[in-house]
Amino acid sequence: MRKLLGRFRYHLLIFFAVIGPGFITAMVDNDSGGIYTYSAAGAKYGYLPLWTLLPITVVLIVAQEMCSRMGAVTGKGLSDLIREEFGLRITFIMMALLVLVNLTNVMAEFAGVASSLELFHVSRYVSVPLSAIAVWLLVVKGNYRSVEKIFLFSCLLYVTYIISGFLVKPDWKEAAIKSVEPVLLLDSGYIYMLIGMVGTTIAPWMQFYLQSAVVEKGVSAKEYAASRVEVVVGCIMTDVIAFFIIVACAGAIYSVAPKDIQDAKEAALALKPFGQYAFLLFSAGLFNASIFAACILPLSTAYSVCEGLGFEAGVNRRIREAPIFYFLYTALIVVGAGVVLIPNFPLVRMILLSQVLNGVLLPLVLIFMVLLINKAELMGEWVNSRWLNLATWVTVIVMIGLTLAQVGIAVRGTP
Amino acid sequence: MADNLLFFTELLGMPVLDLKGRRIGRVKDAALVPLVHAARIDRFLVTGGLTWLTIRYDQIRRISLDKGLSLSDEILTPYHDDEYMLRIGRDLLDQQIIDVTGRKVVRVNDVTMEIQADGAHDWLAVLEVDVGLRSVLRRLLQGALPRRWIRSLQNPIPPNSIRWEFANVVEPDPLRRLRLNISYQKLEGMHPADLADIVEELAPNEREAIFETIDSEVAADTLSEVEDPKMQASILEALEPEKAADIVEEMAPDEAADILSELQEETSEGILDEMDSEPKTEVRELLEFEDDTAGGLMNTEYVALHENASVNDALAALRGNEDLLDGLNALFLIDGEERLIATVPLARLFLATGDAKLRGLAAETLIQTNVDQPQKRITALFDKYNLLTLPVVDEDGKLAGVITADDIISVLRQK
Repeated sequence: MRKLLGRFRYHLLIFFAVIGPGFITAMVDNDSGGIYTYSAAGAKYGYLPLWTLLPITVVLIVAQEMCSRMGAVTGKGLSDLIREEFGLRITFIMMALLVLVNLTNVMAEFAGVASSLELFHVSRYVSVPLSAIAVWLLVVKGNYRSVEKIFLFSCLLYVTYIISGFLVKPDWKEAAIKSVEPVLLLDSGYIYMLIGMVGTTIAPWMQFYLQSAVVEKGVSAKEYAASRVEVVVGCIMTDVIAFFIIVACAGAIYSVAPKDIQDAKEAALALKPFGQYAFLLFSAGLFNASIFAACILPLSTAYSVCEGLGFEAGVNRRIREAPIFYFLYTALIVVGAGVVLIPNFPLVRMILLSQVLNGVLLPLVLIFMVLLINKAELMGEWVNSRWLNLATWVTVIVMIGLTLAQVGIAVRGTP
Repeated sequence: MADNLLFFTELLGMPVLDLKGRRIGRVKDAALVPLVHAARIDRFLVTGGLTWLTIRYDQIRRISLDKGLSLSDEILTPYHDDEYMLRIGRDLLDQQIIDVTGRKVVRVNDVTMEIQADGAHDWLAVLEVDVGLRSVLRRLLQGALPRRWIRSLQNPIPPNSIRWEFANVVEPDPLRRLRLNISYQKLEGMHPADLADIVEELAPNEREAIFETIDSEVAADTLSEVEDPKMQASILEALEPEKAADIVEEMAPDEAADILSELQEETSEGILDEMDSEPKTEVRELLEFEDDTAGGLMNTEYVALHENASVNDALAALRGNEDLLDGLNALFLIDGEERLIATVPLARLFLATGDAKLRGLAAETLIQTNVDQPQKRITALFDKYNLLTLPVVDEDGKLAGVITADDIISVLRQK
């Protein structure tokens, strides 16, 4: 018996050793904001938004691949590169925007924690402070590496969404058709949702995180080719899960009565009629996603900012040695969690807004990435191919276009 | 704030005045020519209409913060890029340098210079490289506010600077290093553990550049202090086999064996081939053993004497092995067939007379272990018997090597 367990542990170890940055990033991608955005999309527009998943997946793969490649070849993080090639002022502006947008994302994570536990009748005034403190302690005092492995394991919980999707018994034919039929409505809400969907899947903070993770793992240019596969697999997995979330909500809510859901919680509750399990799985998945991202997001933000502006950073340093890092990290958690506790704060709008902000900031980050990755003195033979450049620039233009359209409609349409 | 000091951020954009006081352009950048003078700004780059012009240091009559640069001579040449110039704006600002006294890698925000009056001419000497908050503020406000205002605004913040003599510019290209008179000699005086911390923070090609140039012994010590075995391996892989062999030869055989076992067979064979025969055989022998057994942990740096030797013989042997002295705390006695007979704690030699037999000074019980013993058993032995050194024997009882307490500490920390 001992021998059997020993072998199992050995294989598990190999499994986790192989799973790397690309996969983690992709899993974290489906955080609270993501789940909410996909749920809202499915609830309000049914199977309509499904067509976006294919192009979004392609762009996600392109973006993640570029970041991994840059990290492997240059051995430096994204904010380091931006600093070295574009100077301090531009880096400062980028970092300021990043902190702002990421702060809203952190709020979304804690909102997710609150929502999911409220489904089990735990008041948010208990769950949020406790989880904020737990997250802070875990990352600062605990051994993050071993905890990361726990989170990875709990990533398997994401499979619950797929199961939920089936339990709802959606109209598969409809879903299949809509997956390939592009629909563009000039509806302000629809465009807002589109931006949000792109922003939540290809979040700017993830690009920074992925590149830092690749650098820290010490992946070299030669080994990089192998990790490409992992990146692609991760991205596909992310969007498969997104697909099922949309389908679940489309089948459960839209087909019954399309509406603006106020909360991811509502989405979970709407699944109750389809079985106790669908509801439970959705909620557990939401909690896991929120806590996981709450651990990674503030940390990654603090690292990127300190890296770019040249301040000491790292949880292995004492507070005295890296004051700005600790201040930033703690502030992100405190403000992010604190906002969720303000009574009558429009949490729902904030969550969706955070993902839309991701989408608005994305073209700027992509522009930096594509400029950097085409510099021969940085990347040597690993510069972008023409296709990748084309794909990136098209995405930039589309996203800027969508944002402008959104602003235009909002300004014109609001009475 | 002293009026003879000038920041590079203040120099940028400063007006350049001709003999009649008319402005002919603004300063774009400044450059040192390190082979000529290590700290003097030799060239100023000025925008003059459509082209850039170069001003030599001896063409300037006066430099002042309020008025700008006044020329003494108007024969200016157009700017041509020169491999021997270190341009502050292009090559130093926002790049990483090594702070030799602070023993860390920092990013340059700004440079502090001193205006030297030389009778008829003023010239600038580079004093310090600025990092930290004060210089970040200067960089951000540069160009947006008048210079005097920025000076007073940044005054309250304490400065964080590194003297130019202790700032080591990092340059991966060897030809450029030659032309810019960049050497890594200052790094050789650092403690290897500190130097290892520094190289861990640099990009891979910068890391390799340092290992290629510094003294092999220092390189060997530093390499063993690098914590990540993957990084150690990739450093060795990137070097020429001859240089890698030089470094490996300087390492303790057990550490050398550990690193070589991380490499691909081809690469490690290539390095072993280039090594001198004595270290090569020692390392090859150790490579035979499994990593986590006594054979994999032990090293072959011990002093063994014949069982009938006296204290005088021991002293003679120690004199012959002075490089091992720092790590020794016991001698071993072996018989005619090299079988281990006894251990003699070194401290006991102090109280004995010259002709006393070592046999009489030996430890009462002989504690030894076999080459095949697993790691766990070894650490248990160290704990149980309060050992500092543990001799390792092969199946014939012949002394094969020794495990020291510092090896065990590394093992325990990794758990």
